[in-house]
Amino acid sequence: MAKSTSSTQKRRSGRRSPLASIALIVVGLLSTGGAYALFTTAATAETTVAHEQLTEEGSKLFAANCATCHGLDLAGTEAGPSLIGVGEASVEFQVATGRMPMAQSGPQAEEKPVQFTEEQIEALYTYVGAQAPGPGIPDEEYLAADGDAALGAELFRINCAMCHNVAGAGGALTEGKFAPSLTGVSAQHIYEAMVTGPQNMPVFNDENISPEDKANIITYLTYLDENPSPGGLSLGNLGPVSEGLFIWIFGLGAIVAITVWLTAKSN
Amino acid sequence: MAQHDDGVATPDGVTAPDANDTAAGSAIAKVEAREVSPGLGVTRPDTLVNPGFPPHRARLTDTDPRKEKRAERQVSILFFLSIIGSVLAVAAYIAFPIEPGNMTSVRMNTLMLGLGITLGLLGIGIGAVHWAKALMSDVEIVESRHGTRGSDATRAKALEVFALGNKESGFGRRSLIRNSLIGALVLTPIPAVVLFRDLAPAEDPVPLLKHTMWEKGTRLTRDPSGTPIRASDITIGSAFHVIPDGLNDSEHKLEEKAKAAVLVMRLDPADLVERPERAEWSYDGIVAYSKICTHVGCPVALYEQQTHHLLCPCHQSQFDVANHAEVIFGPAKRALPQLPIAVDSEGYLIAQSDFLEPVGPSFWEREL
Amino acid sequence: MTSTDTHAGTTTGATGNAAPSAVVPTRGARFTGAAANYIDERTSISGLVKEVGRKIFPDHWSFMLGEVALYSFVVILLSGTFLTFFFEASMVPVEYDGSYVPLKGIEMSAAMASSLDISFDIRGGLLMRQVHHWAALLFVASIGLHMLRVFFTGAYRKPREINWLIGFVLFILAMAEGFTGYSLPDDLLSGNGLRIIDGMVKGIPVAGTWVSYLLFGGEFPGTEIISRLYVLHILILPAILVAALGVHLLLLIINKHTQFAGPGKTNDNVVGAPIMPVFAAKAGGFFFIVFGVIVLIAATVTINPIWNYGPYDPSPVSAGTQPDWYIGFADGALRLVPPGLEFVIFGFTVSMNILIPLVGLGLFIAVVAFYPFIEAWMTGDKREHHIADRPRNAPTRTAIGAAGVTFYAVLWAAASSDLIATHFYVSIESVIHTLQALLFIAPVVAYQVTKRVCLALQKKDREIALHGFESGRIVRLPGGEYIEVHEQLDDYERWKLVSYNEYKPLMIRPDANGKISVLQRVRGGLSTWFFEDRISPVTSTDIERSHDSSH
Repeated sequence: MAKSTSSTQKRRSGRRSPLASIALIVVGLLSTGGAYALFTTAATAETTVAHEQLTEEGSKLFAANCATCHGLDLAGTEAGPSLIGVGEASVEFQVATGRMPMAQSGPQAEEKPVQFTEEQIEALYTYVGAQAPGPGIPDEEYLAADGDAALGAELFRINCAMCHNVAGAGGALTEGKFAPSLTGVSAQHIYEAMVTGPQNMPVFNDENISPEDKANIITYLTYLDENPSPGGLSLGNLGPVSEGLFIWIFGLGAIVAITVWLTAKSN
Repeated sequence: MAQHDDGVATPDGVTAPDANDTAAGSAIAKVEAREVSPGLGVTRPDTLVNPGFPPHRARLTDTDPRKEKRAERQVSILFFLSIIGSVLAVAAYIAFPIEPGNMTSVRMNTLMLGLGITLGLLGIGIGAVHWAKALMSDVEIVESRHGTRGSDATRAKALEVFALGNKESGFGRRSLIRNSLIGALVLTPIPAVVLFRDLAPAEDPVPLLKHTMWEKGTRLTRDPSGTPIRASDITIGSAFHVIPDGLNDSEHKLEEKAKAAVLVMRLDPADLVERPERAEWSYDGIVAYSKICTHVGCPVALYEQQTHHLLCPCHQSQFDVANHAEVIFGPAKRALPQLPIAVDSEGYLIAQSDFLEPVGPSFWEREL
Repeated sequence: MTSTDTHAGTTTGATGNAAPSAVVPTRGARFTGAAANYIDERTSISGLVKEVGRKIFPDHWSFMLGEVALYSFVVILLSGTFLTFFFEASMVPVEYDGSYVPLKGIEMSAAMASSLDISFDIRGGLLMRQVHHWAALLFVASIGLHMLRVFFTGAYRKPREINWLIGFVLFILAMAEGFTGYSLPDDLLSGNGLRIIDGMVKGIPVAGTWVSYLLFGGEFPGTEIISRLYVLHILILPAILVAALGVHLLLLIINKHTQFAGPGKTNDNVVGAPIMPVFAAKAGGFFFIVFGVIVLIAATVTINPIWNYGPYDPSPVSAGTQPDWYIGFADGALRLVPPGLEFVIFGFTVSMNILIPLVGLGLFIAVVAFYPFIEAWMTGDKREHHIADRPRNAPTRTAIGAAGVTFYAVLWAAASSDLIATHFYVSIESVIHTLQALLFIAPVVAYQVTKRVCLALQKKDREIALHGFESGRIVRLPGGEYIEVHEQLDDYERWKLVSYNEYKPLMIRPDANGKISVLQRVRGGLSTWFFEDRISPVTSTDIERSHDSSH
């Protein structure tokens, strides 16, 4: 009896106790929080100056790269929608995924190589965000992918899967538009897309899906990214169509090749 | 010894089996010389003659003893590989256990176990086929076919059996017995048809299909949490997936959800076309439509906030939310039913009533 | 005379003598002998072995396709039995507590939870699930290919029409097995599949509403459907399938296998390897190979990741919702229906958008089922046919087959219209409009092209049979003319090209009353359609004539 209890204790001590991780988190929070507090008080004055500089630079960049379509006053033109009130998140998402500026007009703006440096992107969204209030850059705490994956998966199925596919592989929309694949998309961009509703994607504001639930959805998508399919090759997660093609081309193909060998006369 | 066969071993007796075994080209075994109609088939007197079998080509393993030995070794190596594969499969079963929650362990277990079994199976399979191809006799053998129909004598016997059966039972003669039996047999399955009535409850399905959980004052709540929604929560461009308040506690949750699921969207009121009789059904650009496709019932949930199109991912029917969710493309015929909504004193969205028409796929009694 | 007698006598005598004295049976042989005796005394199995043991099977790769179907069915039975030990066919809601994190704590049916447990908590469970599902896909695919082989070689002709019909029933049963099995895990994808079935059933006039109500045991989705489909899937359907399979194989043995034309092969013989030992070794080995290939695929490639789909819930749906490939043609037909085809008559709703696909596909598969009888009636050919046609030698049939395959392929493509749109960067509307047009145009084009190609190939065959093939050797004649030397085929090669049946269109003649019946006219029309364009096989007269002209 005694032996068995000691062995369970031993096993438990081998792993990290849940209390230990809580303690770790507390320590971590305290230290970062303290450092943050120190840093912010010292730096407030500095940031205001930096902010103005950024806005200035953003204004120039905007005039040069965006104003043709969105108007110098951000009110939009025939060629592009108004950007008043779209918020920093929207600009960051569009520019940092390369969707904006668009290369050519088409059914929708597609992801492509990013046109600006990180500083320029920051300048741009700071400028646009400063003109009218809108969704800001998401807090880091929601992007850590440490939420409840099961809850996130359920919300994902109800709110997202019909366009993006249950495994985030993407899908077709009307008139040549499509919902892009979510594989490998950064947590920040997923959050920003939900909160701003880029192009034809509906907006999922914080009243619809709370920031915590958005973090849960990100947790689920990160889980999918980090865990390869338990069954082997995923065939693009496209479901029965790719499975059907696979069995006809590779499965039956291999077997027909074998039948040819099997019935051919030996040398 | 030789003598006892005297009576049997006529020259005919010797040649007949010979012909069956080898000279197949000529072995047009006229088992029955019945004339069968070729129909539209053309028969010509000058058809080319079947040249008979080409000379047999020997394999390398037939002529070269070293090749034969090698093939023999290859076959047994393949069988040994199979043994190794089966052992490996068992080893993999033990060596790659599943750790709960660890998907990589599931993947490794599946892969290793599967590869072991594969080797076990393919070793036997390829070995056996190689054995058959390289080492077993490859001389083609000829078997003659016979007409599929029974011989005339057999048929006559069969007919006789039927005739006797008929005569002894009087099946043909006693028409009253026969006809009443046929009548009885035809009717016996009827109880079985009735028996299946209780596959479903006693209620008439039609009224059930015409009503949903929504009624006057039911709050619109979020799917799946069931928390109520304020009109002010819904910003322009938003799409909320909605279930009626109380659905999660309902006894028939999925059945009710399959009818009551709703999609709520807010459009710029300027974009919204509304018939006068439905002007009161929306609230400040917020509209609620059934999410169940009027084609065959998939959830129509792909909402495009710029074009206001709703797309069904199953069969690509498209509905225009800005215009009463009318069909603009695809196999569906009817617009999605609209749920009339209002706002209660606390600012929460509520239904004005149930849907005014049945939701979901069409059915025969729908308009009755 | 006497010498023949003695010769025969001595041979039999010698063998009769040698057996008991020369060979001393080993222990193993004695045991085998005793066991065989034991069994034979109780089953008279020696008669069966004598009858069947040396039956001949002709060798051709395409003759193995039916075996692929048979073997994948065996694999399905084996892996399916394993799955039944762990699967719980119940729609009772449970909270998932297995090891897949993104579903932990989610409410789902016991069927879904047990399927997940098979996948993630039972060693080899996922492998067996994938073996079962891949084998099922291969089963239906190999039946399809087997049917195409039988069709294009005319192997369904007398006396095999009934076996074609039984094979057709097997195909339908295989699809039914597939669909019921696909639905069992009660995941989101298959649940939406059932939702579509419910919608289609409801679209059937008069009875639809009630049929759906009875099928689901109440309103959709109810709490019954999974256990009902399970009973169908593991009891009734396999029972009928095995019975039909038995008859199919029995008729195969009675009719013996067809063979391709070749030197020495006639309509009255069958040439090939005997069951014992060559065919048994090849077929037995092939079983292990098919099994091995299925396990290899199952070990390395995911199929039906229900953990991604999640449990069925009537509200969500996934982009790219498709059925397994063999139901795809029906799904495609639903997608291609143009808008607005539904009307109300006397207060009753008639869903033509569902009826047109249902009736259209019903007709299509009815033609497939009864094609052998239609062709037999048209040709009036009462002979038995044991020589498989080369597809080119029956141009119209081959063209009809190609048109049918094309029709099916367009429907199949339509079932993945959304994936075509995203993967080829076209709009979904244009994909559907294109496929709607192709559904009618493509089979006609395929028919015409195939028929012309077949006739051209036949012409080429005839040319080669008569004049030989171009040797590539150029010779200058004394007169200065250059010719390419043609080399004649040997008799064996030629025979492959010339041994086929020829048919002529029916001459319609009035009957005794001077009338021509409608049936006669139809038959005449059909036969003209079939046989008006044809290339006759080369005859000995043709060859003589060609030799005369070349001199």
